[in-house]
Amino acid sequence: MVEKRQIVAMGLNHKTAPVEVRERLAFSGEDTAEVLDTMSGHPLVEEMALFSTCNRVEFLLASQSPEKAVEAVKDFLATFKSTPRSVFEDSLYIHIGDDAVRHVFRVAASLDSMVVGEAQILGQIKDSYREACKHGTCGVVLNRLMHRSFSVAKRIRTETSIGDHAVSISYAAVELGRKIFGQLDQKAVLLIGAGEMAELAVEHLVNNRARPIFVANRTFERGVELAEKFRGTPIRFEEILDFLKQVDIVISSTGAPHYVLVRDDFNGLMRARKNRPLFFIDIAVPRDIDPEINRISNVYVYDIDDLKNAIQENIEERRQEAVRGERIVDEAVYQFRKWFQGLDVVPTIVGLREKAEAIRRRELKKTFGSLHTLSEEDRAAIDRLTAALVNKLLHDPTVFLKASGHRDEKALYLDITRRLFNLDQSTENNTRPSPDSPEDE
Amino acid sequence: MNILFALSMAGYIGSSLGYQGYIVLQKRLIYRVSSLVLLLGFLCHTGVMGLQIAQSGHLPVQNLQETLSTFGWAVVAVFLLLQIRFHLMVLGALVAPLATLAVIIASILPRPQVQLAPFLSSLWRTVHIGTLVLGLAALAIACLVGILYLIQEGAIKEKKRGFFFRRLPSLTLLDSVGYASLIVGFPLLTFGIISGVIYAQMVHGRLWSWTPREVFAAITWLVYAALVHERLAVGWRGRRAAMMTIVGFVILVFTFFLFFLG
Repeated sequence: MVEKRQIVAMGLNHKTAPVEVRERLAFSGEDTAEVLDTMSGHPLVEEMALFSTCNRVEFLLASQSPEKAVEAVKDFLATFKSTPRSVFEDSLYIHIGDDAVRHVFRVAASLDSMVVGEAQILGQIKDSYREACKHGTCGVVLNRLMHRSFSVAKRIRTETSIGDHAVSISYAAVELGRKIFGQLDQKAVLLIGAGEMAELAVEHLVNNRARPIFVANRTFERGVELAEKFRGTPIRFEEILDFLKQVDIVISSTGAPHYVLVRDDFNGLMRARKNRPLFFIDIAVPRDIDPEINRISNVYVYDIDDLKNAIQENIEERRQEAVRGERIVDEAVYQFRKWFQGLDVVPTIVGLREKAEAIRRRELKKTFGSLHTLSEEDRAAIDRLTAALVNKLLHDPTVFLKASGHRDEKALYLDITRRLFNLDQSTENNTRPSPDSPEDE
Repeated sequence: MNILFALSMAGYIGSSLGYQGYIVLQKRLIYRVSSLVLLLGFLCHTGVMGLQIAQSGHLPVQNLQETLSTFGWAVVAVFLLLQIRFHLMVLGALVAPLATLAVIIASILPRPQVQLAPFLSSLWRTVHIGTLVLGLAALAIACLVGILYLIQEGAIKEKKRGFFFRRLPSLTLLDSVGYASLIVGFPLLTFGIISGVIYAQMVHGRLWSWTPREVFAAITWLVYAALVHERLAVGWRGRRAAMMTIVGFVILVFTFFLFFLG
């Protein structure tokens, strides 16, 4: 009899490996195709998927001799990337069995990400799974595992609020803007100064249809450049006070050593604005906007620390939600284990027989209940008859399953048998769509 | 009628609990169910009022008991109308309990026998109190929205985000709803007071007698008139407007009870 295949997840990520190592081992799309083609014929690796982003490289294998397969992959990595094993070996983690399943679920649900709860990773995993399918390296086990991981990720996303709250400065600014203005469209934005973070914030606001955009810079030419980037209007630095009458959101990021706007600048301003709210995002250090301005009614000033605190709360929130996510993962791992253990010859045959025997007993009871005229002997005869029927019917399938066919086919047949006779009924909810059917995107 | 009234009370209580649940759990389904329950309660309540009108021939605003019940009905009516335009989901958590409270007090109060006034003065009384109750309902909602505004404004200003920051809508939306309720409530209040003056002329033969309750009625009107003027003329909004809406409503409620109990 053939050994049963095991699931192996090995790889490295932002926690285990520095960027120098990750970039050496990262796989481009073409690389991935080549790797899958090369490894698909490997005697130790029955199924395989490869997943590579800037934060992680993951190999997912199903193999009958996991330890040897791991060594094979390491060798392969060293040759393919022409990197000595010593460079990456310490950074590698290797999970086998339940641990591997858990790892895959956690990665897909973004519980293992640098920014917990970020949404891109699931799409990336789906892509790499599609790629593996295209190269025919996914079999019964990985198919099931991948689809399960998609539904676990989806479930965690809907049942917890892990992906809800902003965790970057520019998103936090947009989130706050929404709490003040509701819709951001048609809200005028003034950018004072320049800088990566400030420009990113403006970009997010523009994406939320905020406009028009005004740009004020000490060097007018630089302002013109920036304004072009956002299709905005450059204004002179001296004009800022005039424009405060019409803009709604001000993002400030200058290198000025003192405040650019002080409280006295606001005398009469709010009246001229008809008290429409004004939101300052002060990213500069030292600060551009006098914090006293926050005291004026309908004016809100957030400096870089305020935004960071807001994010910190959101990160904390996500962390708490992640705990709930882990519980869902635990449950899914348990369910997967049940299915996986069943994917063996003996439990499948036992399950088949138990099911048949249960049906036989139930039907006998029903029949005997309605036929009172039968003698003891008649009953015994009918009992024997049904037992023989069940045995004869199950004989061929049993022999077929026991026969050592090709190992790949074997897992497939076992899976089909279990589904055909609905042997996993008790452990899984019937109303759910079959996990092996293509997921809706 | 008693069964209908009990049903509407049950609807209000149920939706009150439901809306609180929605605030905590943030599940849309809870919100939808609560709104449906509130609507059913409201329809039953409307039925009760219809029966009362059919029986007595006038709006049920002849005594405190009837007026409170009608106030509860009007609050829900204004709220449901506002929801069509604004979808201010959290507001239900304050409005439904208010309606519940009004209806419960009304059900506890004794039901005095209505002495039938001469037809004309009874008509003016109905118009007078009817418009005032509607105005009171709109201004009550303006007050509740003002409270929500102050909570949310405080969270943003003090940079203390928490339970309410996530659950409350934007300042702009809260301000707009407050404004809308005020713009509906103020003309009703004005008309209610004017019709009251006419009613006083018919009953007492005097337009205005400087009794405390009439003085308070005048003060209430002046507070709201100032608020409406500031909002229209200089675009007053935000925290101060919200606070004034709340203060105005407190005086208004005081005046209301002064009239019925004093």
